[in-house]
Amino acid sequence: MAVETLSKTKAPSAVPATMDFNWKTAGRIGFIGGILAVLVSVIGMVETFDGRDIIGGVISMGQTVVVALIFATAFMAADRSSKTSPLFHILGGGLSGLISAVMLALFVWVSQLVNLREIFVNVSPSLIAILTFDKELPAELSAAVIQLLLTGLVLGVVAGVLRAAPIKIRNIIFSGMLWVVAIGLLGELIRTLVTGRAIEDQVAWVLGGRLEKGLSVNGAVSIFIFASLLSFISQTFGARIGKEVQTRRAALPATTQRILNGVILLVVFLVLWQLPQYLGLYLSDVANTVGLYILMGLGLNIVVGFAGLLDLGYVAFFAIGAYVMGVATSSAVGDGRGQILFSLNWTFWEALPLAILVALFAGILLGIPVLKMRGDYLAIVTLGFGEIIRIMALSDYLKPNIGGAQGIVGIQPIILAGQNLSNPISLFHVVLIACVIVGFVAWRLRDSRVGRAWKAIREDEDVAAAMGINLVSTKLLAFGAGAAFSGLAGAIFASKLTSIQPGSFSFIVSINILALIIIGGMGSIPGVLVGALALVALPELLREFAEFRLLVYGVVLVMMMLYKPEGLLPEETHKAELHEDENIPAESHA
Amino acid sequence: MTSTLIAKGVTKRFGGLVAVNNLDFEIPEKSISSIIGPNGAGKTTFFNCITGFYNPEEGTILFDGHEIQGLAPDRVTRLGASRTYQNIRLFANMTAIENVLVGQHPQMKNGFFDAVFRTPRFNREEKAAVEEARRLLRFVGLRGMGDTLARNLPYGAQRRLEIARALANKPKLLLLDEPTAGMNPNETGELTAFIRDLRDTLGITILLIEHDMRVVMGISEQITVLDYGSKIAEGKPTDIQSNPSVIEAYLGRGAASGLKSAKQTTKEPS
Repeated sequence: MAVETLSKTKAPSAVPATMDFNWKTAGRIGFIGGILAVLVSVIGMVETFDGRDIIGGVISMGQTVVVALIFATAFMAADRSSKTSPLFHILGGGLSGLISAVMLALFVWVSQLVNLREIFVNVSPSLIAILTFDKELPAELSAAVIQLLLTGLVLGVVAGVLRAAPIKIRNIIFSGMLWVVAIGLLGELIRTLVTGRAIEDQVAWVLGGRLEKGLSVNGAVSIFIFASLLSFISQTFGARIGKEVQTRRAALPATTQRILNGVILLVVFLVLWQLPQYLGLYLSDVANTVGLYILMGLGLNIVVGFAGLLDLGYVAFFAIGAYVMGVATSSAVGDGRGQILFSLNWTFWEALPLAILVALFAGILLGIPVLKMRGDYLAIVTLGFGEIIRIMALSDYLKPNIGGAQGIVGIQPIILAGQNLSNPISLFHVVLIACVIVGFVAWRLRDSRVGRAWKAIREDEDVAAAMGINLVSTKLLAFGAGAAFSGLAGAIFASKLTSIQPGSFSFIVSINILALIIIGGMGSIPGVLVGALALVALPELLREFAEFRLLVYGVVLVMMMLYKPEGLLPEETHKAELHEDENIPAESHA
Repeated sequence: MTSTLIAKGVTKRFGGLVAVNNLDFEIPEKSISSIIGPNGAGKTTFFNCITGFYNPEEGTILFDGHEIQGLAPDRVTRLGASRTYQNIRLFANMTAIENVLVGQHPQMKNGFFDAVFRTPRFNREEKAAVEEARRLLRFVGLRGMGDTLARNLPYGAQRRLEIARALANKPKLLLLDEPTAGMNPNETGELTAFIRDLRDTLGITILLIEHDMRVVMGISEQITVLDYGSKIAEGKPTDIQSNPSVIEAYLGRGAASGLKSAKQTTKEPS
């Protein structure tokens, strides 16, 4: 003990401050940053993303990716290269940025010597032009390289300075930069939203005119200032205000609190109800897709998040819901050669309960053989089940009934009181109501005896059984409820498109739903919303991402597991012991 | 005196290994009994046979008049037997009070539709359950810790929470698997008093597996010694302390004869 403290106090004085600089670490991280920057260039990301400007004429999304990579790694290098001296932070950052830039410069140089396109098809002249500030190559190669190195160095030094700066200032600047990038990315979306409305001119001042791309320069500056200010305010007063609001709210009587919550939810609901009028057709359609994923996410969240039963074939129930709706309502289930085989001609509302029920029973049916399985084994079997359903839908055997590879066409749209609700704007309301109902059921179940039993099974199956929980019925209930929600989503999906093919029900849908739950936070109901927005809405809005969707998924998931394994909006623990009406000294809160 | 648990000829084999061998065992009602024995003697296996984790190959176990061998764990629990575990097995990512609420599962009736529609039955049951859970937390000395995640509780508190969870089932028989493992002498003393209190105030029959001889000798009315799955001795603490075959099982044949004389001179009052 004595030796330990001695060595700890002695270390800084015994080793002079000059030795603290860990240039090897800085160099290594810079090297990694360079490799990443070259990688995103080689796979074509930089060029694809170049089509979208963050700040019009100044920096594109493609350049932002490269800059962000060099900047982030330089920041990391600055952080790791020294523990004490701000000067070494700056030095480390600069070194890292420079080395990253050297890697990029090398890449540019090699691309001039050898035709890299024979192997890497994406290394096009336009990519090199992006990386070299549109210089005339090869004549201006040296000038381009120098500019590249300088840029890297400056980026690195800025990152180092930020690392050396107090955390408060750092947060303010980071949030400013993040907001500029975020609004720049979504600029096109915002422009379409305000087109033809009163605030179009004001928005144009920030975002640039309708024909321009990205933010205007003064817009970017004002967003940066505004976001920084906001961050400053929230940092200085946010905690205090939040606490104040919380304590004031906790001081209210329980009924008032409940009414307050109800009013807030009602307002949110009404705002959402009006939303499609502003969104327009395309965005409403995106919102509907997000809504269907939320429905499925809420269902899978019961199975995976609550009960801990890893289900990789969840799309099967979506398919079952869709196919039941298809077969029941299609005006013509054909053999694909123009011959109509049969038509039941049910309405959507007649077929909906059937679709949900069939999905529910399918869920229970799948549940029975996998009752004794856990973890990996369960995942593999459910994965197989998902594939079986898809292949059955594709098969010739069932072709007379469900159309084989051609799928089913002529599915009835949703009609209520003579109105067709299958256009994106009306459908939004249907999806919204479905989400509200399903969310409500999921939320009610979470804080009940059933929900606790699910969570207990997730935590420790054996002990749950020893607590008197019937594993068979509890697990089957989870599978059934999850499947029913998914069946509902599938039924709406079929009516939305009025035609379905087996291709819509591939394995990747299951993975998407699982990923959105993981990103949002396992077992968290608001997490499902956030996850769906992040993983379904964003790629839909940023079309450039679609091509790299899997790569982005992978990176995001790895990052999540490293830095925020509990998800963006983790499951809240429900406070049950201490109620406002109970006066217990809060010793545990100290 | 009636018996809460009667085991007759219970045998549990794992392949060629006989973990519990033809064991006859009886626990008088409202008693505190202990099972002791060297590592691997089959104590926990016998526990698992009682609680339905294992299905014994032979023999019968009568609990409160019901034959329970081969029943699923949840059925045994519903009959009124609760247990704790050698290495604490709480629901780590649930709060303390939720753990206790799960313990009340068999006592409650509300299901899917009650939960969705918040029926009067649901509200009544939930309110009573939370009330009861708070009471149990206070009873085991965890007042104010109910909203803490179980995994964030200190070790001693986790042990006590496990007991509170077991008590939530309103058990007739409580099986404690090494409740004082990893505790310091102070905590052990407190827990021993607490266990005795459980029996005295709630009238619960208690069966312990324990390695700490001071605890075992201090609170047990009946001790059963297992070795290689068989019962080698049974009786009051004083009888067990001087039983040569017990000493032999713990310390080996040579030590047994040597210790016998020493033991008699330094006999502790218990």
